[in-house]
Amino acid sequence: MKDLTVGTLIAVFEEIFGRGLFWAMVGLAAVVTLRYVYVLIRDRKISWHKFLLAQLSMPVGAVLAVWFVLVMTHSELANIGGPVDLIVLLGVAAGGAVGAAILVYTVQSLLWPPAAERR
Amino acid sequence: MTKSITNPTRRQLFGLAASAGVAAALGAQASARTPVPTKARIVIIGAGAGGTALANRLVRRLEGAEITLLDPRVEHLYQPGLTLVAAGLKPADYVLSQTGDWLPDGVTLIPEKAAAIDPVAKTVTTEGRQTLAYDFLVVAPGLVLDHDAIEGFSLDMVGQNGIGALYAGPDYAARTWQAASKFTEEGGVGLFTRPETEMKCAGAPLKHTFLIDDIAKRAGNGGKIDVQYAAPQSSLFGVPIVAEKVRMLFGDRGITSHMQHQLQGIDADRRRARFSTPDGSVELDYDYIHVIPPQRAPEVIRQSGLSWADKWTDQGWVECDMASLRHLRYPEIWALGDVAGVPKGKTAASVKWQVPVVEDGLVAAITGTEPSETYNGYTSCPMITQIGRAMLVEFDYNDNLVPSFPGIIAPLEELWISWLMKEVALKATYNAMLRGRA
Repeated sequence: MKDLTVGTLIAVFEEIFGRGLFWAMVGLAAVVTLRYVYVLIRDRKISWHKFLLAQLSMPVGAVLAVWFVLVMTHSELANIGGPVDLIVLLGVAAGGAVGAAILVYTVQSLLWPPAAERR
Repeated sequence: MTKSITNPTRRQLFGLAASAGVAAALGAQASARTPVPTKARIVIIGAGAGGTALANRLVRRLEGAEITLLDPRVEHLYQPGLTLVAAGLKPADYVLSQTGDWLPDGVTLIPEKAAAIDPVAKTVTTEGRQTLAYDFLVVAPGLVLDHDAIEGFSLDMVGQNGIGALYAGPDYAARTWQAASKFTEEGGVGLFTRPETEMKCAGAPLKHTFLIDDIAKRAGNGGKIDVQYAAPQSSLFGVPIVAEKVRMLFGDRGITSHMQHQLQGIDADRRRARFSTPDGSVELDYDYIHVIPPQRAPEVIRQSGLSWADKWTDQGWVECDMASLRHLRYPEIWALGDVAGVPKGKTAASVKWQVPVVEDGLVAAITGTEPSETYNGYTSCPMITQIGRAMLVEFDYNDNLVPSFPGIIAPLEELWISWLMKEVALKATYNAMLRGRA
């Protein structure tokens, strides 16, 4: 890879998904993350009740992410050929798990703020 | 409390942080140098991978230059995708786009072939008899597939009677898959060839062999196929360490090889192929044959006196410096891509490395400074060894492996991540390169 800069990476991702979809996804991820930070600051605490459901969603997110990548790339788990492949696979799964957890926690917090939860 | 936290100031802060991140990312990409003012007339023969990428970079580097591209082809081909089309993994239109879609504003595309180049008078004449004077010329017309050199073979045969030829274009690659898929179902002898000349992507003949073998075995027909690889060379790959690895993989897959076998002709009715070998003519039976014809520089290059006089005399590649790609006798001419007479580098990955070198050489010539970029022969081949796995082989002029991710992606290991690169990232990187952004 020659000149692997942030600009190159952005150009490559724009080509993979299309410019509109890529920036829409970046925007969506940013919105979810910002809302997550927002509810954390707003509530000034973690709701362990909501966190439990968020944790339960993690395996689902992990499996969905791995399935999505395998289907999109004509691959199967048997293609794992070395340590780096395992790391990539675990990275995809971890990304899916964390993403699902953040999404589920944030959605719950927005729908049922602490005041509503107490009621 | 909630109210104080959701006040506009805090929101603005978040918004600011997010946009700062995006701006920083874009800033890195927009750090282009100040354009050089010039009135130079630059002619680029060929609007393929090399010509297009160079044009996109030059319009950003130069201000006021008159850039003209010559290419009659309406369709742009993403050639690295042809092996995937010929294995039924992608449709034919996966490799197709429009030449005009990739070209920047401010350049002129003349949809004609170059008919003659006069390097002394510094003019290019098009097929429509238009004469273009140039200050600098970049020859990037690609190469010519010499199908007529294979006796008994013609392109209209592709797809029938067990004949494949994936190099010929997306339609032929798709027809190659028709013939190859029949072989993967019915079995028999699969004969995979490569030419004696320099060629585009020397890994592609191997990729096609590995993929068709894998597809047949996945379908449960491994017992019905006999896969054979026949090549004029003495080894399976130009880089010795890679050749050894391929030899081991062939052993593992049960693929036999016939070295020093040069395809001369085929008898399509009897399904026999004739090869010349050091021991004389040899005939081999096949049920499926993959034909890759000899490859040469286009006629216009060979007739204009730009070719090497003492090297590749039957092929006519442009005589240029290995490192700068500048013509050795005509300093205002550069060769780019397949047509360049250098020992390695007829791949899209090579083009990606060559384009900045030619750009740098051209700009340096315009400004009267010394060029700083050189080409080291870098070539990359994501060598697919089965569906879902590939080896990311990267090497230079000296047959050294030059891995992009040393210690992370092992070059001689069959890895899923290397397959992912070919399947997902390669076309995207290629497109970004065409736009002059990678």
